[in-house]
Amino acid sequence: MNPWLTMLLAGLLTYGIRLSFIALLGRITVPDWFRRALRFVPAAVLSAIIVPGLFDRGGTMDFSARNPQLWAGILAVAVAWRTKSVLLTIAGGMVALLALQLILG
Amino acid sequence: MSATSRRQEFLSGVRDESPILLGVVPFGMIFGALAITSGLSTLAAQAMSSVVFAGSAQFIAAQLLGADASGIVILMVVFVVNLRHLLYSASVAPHVAHLRPGWKLALAYLLTDEAYAVTISHYNSVGDARARHWYFLGAGLTLWSSWQLSTAVGIFIGAQIPRSWPLGFVLPITFIALVVPGLKDGASVAAAVIAGVLGLAAGGLPYKTGILVAALVGIVIGMLVEGRKR
Repeated sequence: MNPWLTMLLAGLLTYGIRLSFIALLGRITVPDWFRRALRFVPAAVLSAIIVPGLFDRGGTMDFSARNPQLWAGILAVAVAWRTKSVLLTIAGGMVALLALQLILG
Repeated sequence: MSATSRRQEFLSGVRDESPILLGVVPFGMIFGALAITSGLSTLAAQAMSSVVFAGSAQFIAAQLLGADASGIVILMVVFVVNLRHLLYSASVAPHVAHLRPGWKLALAYLLTDEAYAVTISHYNSVGDARARHWYFLGAGLTLWSSWQLSTAVGIFIGAQIPRSWPLGFVLPITFIALVVPGLKDGASVAAAVIAGVLGLAAGGLPYKTGILVAALVGIVIGMLVEGRKR
């Protein structure tokens, strides 16, 4: 699919979700299981992208202990847990990656 | 409803939304920089911020477009990630029911996490309810314009960064920063761990469908763990 078409459809999809209840007020209700499921969406979707991303080094998968991204990622998890700051986590993870690349090669 | 109360409501929306921009602006800049380093054109990166206008969905879409994922998979992931807006829509619907269709169409477009957060607490507070859509508009437009501007700044910065820098890694790190603080109980940890492991195991599936499978299984596992405790 053309990237512009994909983007346009993604925008329409997002807008449709936001408009749904505002347009259809009173005619549908949100079931309870759906509310419960939504709570897990960010953690599940983002984790499914994060973990492969730690091993993917420019298109090839690196499962060795010398993979600097793996250690930088673990450090970022610790920083995120302690500080809850997006900027500190990104800064810590990237500095760790650059340092580990020098050490591990 | 006087013009004064409209203006007051609009300006209160702008004022209440402003502190949130401290968190939004860096995020918009990171999006702009990442979108062009993952291969989107300047125009496409900027357009995405107004066409999609949803932070995490934009990050994921940019990453998946750069990784040549199929359009259908990208749309399904965007759909799942943005489903939470269904709840926002349900929650503001009674408050905007009296408005003209034009207002509803405009406010639905501005219904982001950040605009919803300040607007719903304003709707739930006491006082004159008739002019509150102006508050919603003020909060929504404040967020919208800072999101467009910060994307533009990010695109500019991203274009200056040498291609040799390991910027592809910023995305998983950004996602770690978003996910980890939200893991407050066993059920959400289980959802994240299972989805992460399956995302890796199913990484070979065509068109990045593994992400979708892994996320859906993770969500179900989270619900099962939560149900078991009850």
